[in-house]
Amino acid sequence: MKEDGLTHPKLISRFGEIGINDRPAVGGKGASLGELARAGIRVPSGCVVTTAVFERFLAALDPQGSIRSEIEQLAEDDLPACTRVGAEVRARIESATLPEDLQETIATYYEALHTRTRPVEYTEPVAIRSSATSEDSAAASFAGLQATYLWVRGEDSVIEHVRKCWASLYAVESVMYRRRLKLPEHGLAMGVVIQRMIDSRCSGVMFTRSPNTGDRSVVVVEASWGLGSAIVSGEVTPDKYVVGKITGEIVNRTVSTKTRMHCPNPAGAGVVDEEIPAELQNTACLNDNELHALVDIAKRVERHYGCPQDIEWAIARDLPAAENVFLLQSRPETVWAGKETGPVAAPKSKPFEHVFSLLSGGAAKK
Amino acid sequence: MGADGKTRSFTLPSQLAEVPGTAGWQSMYPYYTRFQPEDDRRFWFYNAMHFPEPMPAFDAITAEIPYEALGAFTTRVFVFPTTMGIEHRIVNGRIYITANPVTDPAEIQRRLAIFQERAGYYYENWNRLFSEWKVRMENLIHELEAVKVPKLPEFDEADVVMKAKGLGQNHYIRENFHRVTELFSKMWHHHFEMLMLGYGAYMVFFDFCKKAFPETADQTVARMVAGIEVLMFRPDDELKRLAKLAIEYGVDDLFTADCDAKKVFADLHSRGEAGERWLAELDKSREPWFHMSTGDGFYHHHLSWNDDLSVPFAALPQYVEQLRRGESLERPTGRLKEERGRIIADYRELLRSEEERQAFDQMLGLCHLVFPFVENHKFYCEHWFTTLFFKKVREFGALLVSNGVLADADDVFHLQYVEIESALADVSLAWAGGGKTLGAAHWRPIVDKRKRIIEKLKEWNPPPALGPIPPAINDPALQMLWGITSETLESWSATVEAGHEKEIVGFAASPGVVEGIARVLRNVNDIGQIREGEILVCPVTAPSWGPVFGKIKAAVSDIGGTMSHAAIVAREYGLPAVVGTGQATQRIKTGQRLRVDGNRGIVLILD
Repeated sequence: MKEDGLTHPKLISRFGEIGINDRPAVGGKGASLGELARAGIRVPSGCVVTTAVFERFLAALDPQGSIRSEIEQLAEDDLPACTRVGAEVRARIESATLPEDLQETIATYYEALHTRTRPVEYTEPVAIRSSATSEDSAAASFAGLQATYLWVRGEDSVIEHVRKCWASLYAVESVMYRRRLKLPEHGLAMGVVIQRMIDSRCSGVMFTRSPNTGDRSVVVVEASWGLGSAIVSGEVTPDKYVVGKITGEIVNRTVSTKTRMHCPNPAGAGVVDEEIPAELQNTACLNDNELHALVDIAKRVERHYGCPQDIEWAIARDLPAAENVFLLQSRPETVWAGKETGPVAAPKSKPFEHVFSLLSGGAAKK
Repeated sequence: MGADGKTRSFTLPSQLAEVPGTAGWQSMYPYYTRFQPEDDRRFWFYNAMHFPEPMPAFDAITAEIPYEALGAFTTRVFVFPTTMGIEHRIVNGRIYITANPVTDPAEIQRRLAIFQERAGYYYENWNRLFSEWKVRMENLIHELEAVKVPKLPEFDEADVVMKAKGLGQNHYIRENFHRVTELFSKMWHHHFEMLMLGYGAYMVFFDFCKKAFPETADQTVARMVAGIEVLMFRPDDELKRLAKLAIEYGVDDLFTADCDAKKVFADLHSRGEAGERWLAELDKSREPWFHMSTGDGFYHHHLSWNDDLSVPFAALPQYVEQLRRGESLERPTGRLKEERGRIIADYRELLRSEEERQAFDQMLGLCHLVFPFVENHKFYCEHWFTTLFFKKVREFGALLVSNGVLADADDVFHLQYVEIESALADVSLAWAGGGKTLGAAHWRPIVDKRKRIIEKLKEWNPPPALGPIPPAINDPALQMLWGITSETLESWSATVEAGHEKEIVGFAASPGVVEGIARVLRNVNDIGQIREGEILVCPVTAPSWGPVFGKIKAAVSDIGGTMSHAAIVAREYGLPAVVGTGQATQRIKTGQRLRVDGNRGIVLILD
């Protein structure tokens, strides 16, 4: 393995080596996963292909920088041109060969993620996820920057999907977004997360403030069977739990009828969409212990970051109860953060004057 | 308005059918409690929280006088800006009530000016006023205790002459019976003198929390408000003390399951000094702590522990047994205080600005200021005073028995209080005239008939509400005392429309969801029947029920709100509880499988 970090930027970083401040080099998702791992939160092992790799790859593919200049010349409202150029660039990226040393490095790190060494032909399933460097959450939420590929197996396939993540920078929506904001193409880069895949019995999302009311005293957990992609893509109505953050009481518990789930393709790689067996459709995915374990983790993550979080999680099928809960992602909550209103109440000269306000239907508010 | 443009409505009062076999029930209650034709245009709800059973004729005084007092203080004394008093009606033995809101903004302003001055005075001087209140209330109780039921000897006492009292014994029948109801009225006025202001403080804090933490359960807010050392735990603590002393003195072997108080007393006397010492300790506990109602003070059959020692003696053996097994009976007050402090600090921390935190501190501080009154007044009023009140009336009942008017002292509770005065006049006249009372022929058939009617009325399942559903419910009194909001009405009307016979809705009092087997106990004397892990279903819990909370899986009650005894104790024990269901003891049978959802306040009958 070539480790020449003193003179050259690091090519790949394991989660344990990075934190939230490494966002420029590894992108937001990777930095956040590293930060979680460092904080002692259980995340599936993984590493991030840094932006430096993308830069070198792009330099090799396009030494003249013609891709970037061509895009910068696109008019922000020229949909046909943006579509055409975007597609061309993506095709180039997806079909290009990686410089050999880069290929070798990625292969080495991928190999290190293997949970088994036998049989020799065993290939560890991993998730390949794009990790955007943009600070701008609106940009980050652009579909093209959110590429995620699940249950990817084997060195060649891993590299192929890393390229697909890079290519997603040139999805037409992303290109047009950058044009509209007149963002420079130079320095545009992306990290790519390679992360061990959890075969989840159930998975979901959770919010450390209520998505419905913005209440910061509850954690809202949504859960469904199988991989989390079914919930994130909206294909299933998940079970929903509202848990008091402070007292741990389960304020609300709604078990939904869950019909579809995403599972690893039994044929080897990729994910298949399946019908949930009848006896599980109306069964709650989480027991109280699991729920409380999730809420504990949510609280730790929120405390760690100092602001409300949106979190993706999974519960592994084959691990014992104490060590089966994994976080797959955590990012700052943005919806309610943007619409904070004035204070609910302000102090009064005497405490009992609050009673006057309430019992007069507001007439005594001064 | 419903989707069809018509006003949605519960059954109208005029549409209620008479329960077969109860003809003439109206004679049990005064004319002013009767539904009028125009009452069909108003919204009423069944006050199941306080009156879960049909009212015997006399017991209706526990609605009449409290509503006189409540309304006086909201409408006329403190002049609450947006609410006047409560009106009540009795139908098929059940008490329906409605509130009179003030909606005209100008009128609200006019009332507010007076309210601010008057309420402000009480809040500002709360602690002093409460300590004076306690003295006044204890004096009232002693006055009530001192009321004598005349003996009516053949010849009056010589003192009437030698001290020139100039009043024959029979005068005191009239005066002293009157005195009993007068004192009852005074007690209720003092009860509401501070209570509505106390609830006002709670409402403010609950309202703040609902806005700052919209998804937080009421029961969590209640935990921040509730104090740890409250009088209502004291009687139960006394039982624990007595259980401990029984072991210490070596007389614990006498406290076996189903032991009888009289037999235990006889055995204690035979144990010499140890037995006498324990009995002396018992006497210390009895005054005043055994003036504890087995209900919550609205029915004559809710006796006190002092009236009926079988209640504390049903609990004592359980405590003795627990102590022998080495279990601690102490309430972990240190831990509870710490826990409450943590919850308060954590919620406070979640607020978004220092400004909000200061408002939070003020509101919670006000709750903690009023809490001791709001919680402890119950022991003085609903328990101590009220059980003595019924006991006094029962003594007048005994006078009617000894003078041949009634067959049994408790029959007096089947007469309205004005009818009792009339029956007592009969006794007075007979004693004075040297003749015979005529009441037996008149009252006994009436009493017999009313007893039959009450039995029949118990079979009636009262609708939770009557009349048109109002567009909005924002009366603080209804919210404060009964937790009635537009959402409550929605769920009632949904239950009525869909006929959810297996679902019973109440207040979510203590969180958690469990399934288990029901044990319906109508009387606290039966607490010996409950088995480990069962779900207790009872009319109301008071501290008399304390001993069972260590055994049960969940609690369901007919009566009570988020701040009720059952709710507070269940939260301390970490048991799910649904209270204030109004009808759980009627609809659930022992042995049925239940799911108690203490988060949402729903009990589901699974069988």
